[in-house]
Amino acid sequence: MIFDYTVIWDSLPLYFGGVLVTLKLLAIALFFGLLLAIPLGLMRTSRSLWVNGPAWLYTYVIRGTPMLVQLFLVYYGLAQFEAVRDSVLWPYLSNATFCACLAFAINTSAYSAEILAGSLKATPHGEIEAAKAMGMSRAKLYRRILLPSALRRALPQYSNEVIMMLHTTSLASIVTLIDITGAARTVSSQYYLPFEAFITAGLFYLCLTFILVRLFKLAERRWLAYLAPRRS
Amino acid sequence: MYKLEVTDLHKRYGSHEVLKGVSLAAKAGDVISIIGSSGSGKSTFLRCINLLEQPHAGQILLNGEALKLLPGKDGALRAADDKQLQRLRSRLAMVFQHFNLWAHMSVLENVMEAPVHVLGMSKAEARDKAEHYLQKVGVAHRKAAYPAHMSGGEQQRVAIARALAMEPEVMLFDEPTSALDPELVGDVLKVMRDLADEGRTMVVVTHEMGFAREVSNGLLFLHQGLVEEQGDPREVLANPQSQRLQQFLSGSLK
Repeated sequence: MIFDYTVIWDSLPLYFGGVLVTLKLLAIALFFGLLLAIPLGLMRTSRSLWVNGPAWLYTYVIRGTPMLVQLFLVYYGLAQFEAVRDSVLWPYLSNATFCACLAFAINTSAYSAEILAGSLKATPHGEIEAAKAMGMSRAKLYRRILLPSALRRALPQYSNEVIMMLHTTSLASIVTLIDITGAARTVSSQYYLPFEAFITAGLFYLCLTFILVRLFKLAERRWLAYLAPRRS
Repeated sequence: MYKLEVTDLHKRYGSHEVLKGVSLAAKAGDVISIIGSSGSGKSTFLRCINLLEQPHAGQILLNGEALKLLPGKDGALRAADDKQLQRLRSRLAMVFQHFNLWAHMSVLENVMEAPVHVLGMSKAEARDKAEHYLQKVGVAHRKAAYPAHMSGGEQQRVAIARALAMEPEVMLFDEPTSALDPELVGDVLKVMRDLADEGRTMVVVTHEMGFAREVSNGLLFLHQGLVEEQGDPREVLANPQSQRLQQFLSGSLK
């Protein structure tokens, strides 16, 4: 089996550029996605149908359709309408990076909202009662007890979501962006060496995943110390 | 003047009436024990006092101030004024059967939490008070630990310190030793006895007859939602008048 190292070595700058694009997409998507997921997650735990209903519909539709379909709808689908092309948003919606970030952020917000809602519902009921019995208002209860407790509990599942998001950003290569997968596709089409090109891409994703896993382990050691077994 | 006065409390779950008119009056320094078999409504009664359960009828007065109540759906009364409820709740401290410490916070943070965020105390003052009360209950050496890393007895003592840090008017104890191993029960009862000797006003739902007889100065025996017998514990427990109390006492080993 011949592996053409020179082609990969020559293409490394392209791959490193791709890493920067991937990380940028990931960071923006996760930031805005989590920002949206917190209120959504809270809405999903509400007993009122007026509050829970719209949130449920949002998470159902976004989790119920493939990421690629959502990306195509945002990037190609919206451009089909003259009203969109003439609107003030067009400079943003015609930009591939903006569209990719928007689609990724919406996608992760739905999954993260459900993760958070699950964590909130799993809050030990006694802890909520103790907070109420101390005279905490609803707002204080959410801010001091419910959210800190739920966000910590959500950390392991959220780390899964972040890693999945890293791999999901590879779809950006389909809408003209040169991320890691985009770099691999470029190399593959230039040199007709798909195996080398995509194995290298895989290795880059592996490295990034390894770094993310280590970061989350550190986070868990800090924020979930109370769940660790007792050290004598 | 009564510190805590609860008059004619009724509560039902659907069609099943759990409290059929229970009253309690505690002066400053009173330690009142509430005993009764399971299902007699004693925990429900205690939880109605700080509105963790919603009664259907009755009045709750703390230091003469009546908690304003409004009927909601199903006839259950809820607080008319949320701010008043929060204020009164902060003057009543509750110790739960299952401790209910906040798992993600250390012991010190647990005790400091409510004084800082409900009473608006400064962090430094709250920390001093917290360490003082943790020292008092005997768990100061564990102040940096998490609740999950402590024994039940230690956790319950932290819960008591957490209640004390609010410097409440009346302390409510909901079966504080029922979830503890027999060896740990003694530690917690000792702490409660010391509090009683200090002159704190306490209402304790308990199965510990020894505590009821020796430490409390008032006893309520609840049976099926009504006060069957009440009075001085030494008299009532030595000479139970009602047959049901006699049966209850012969069933319990103490």
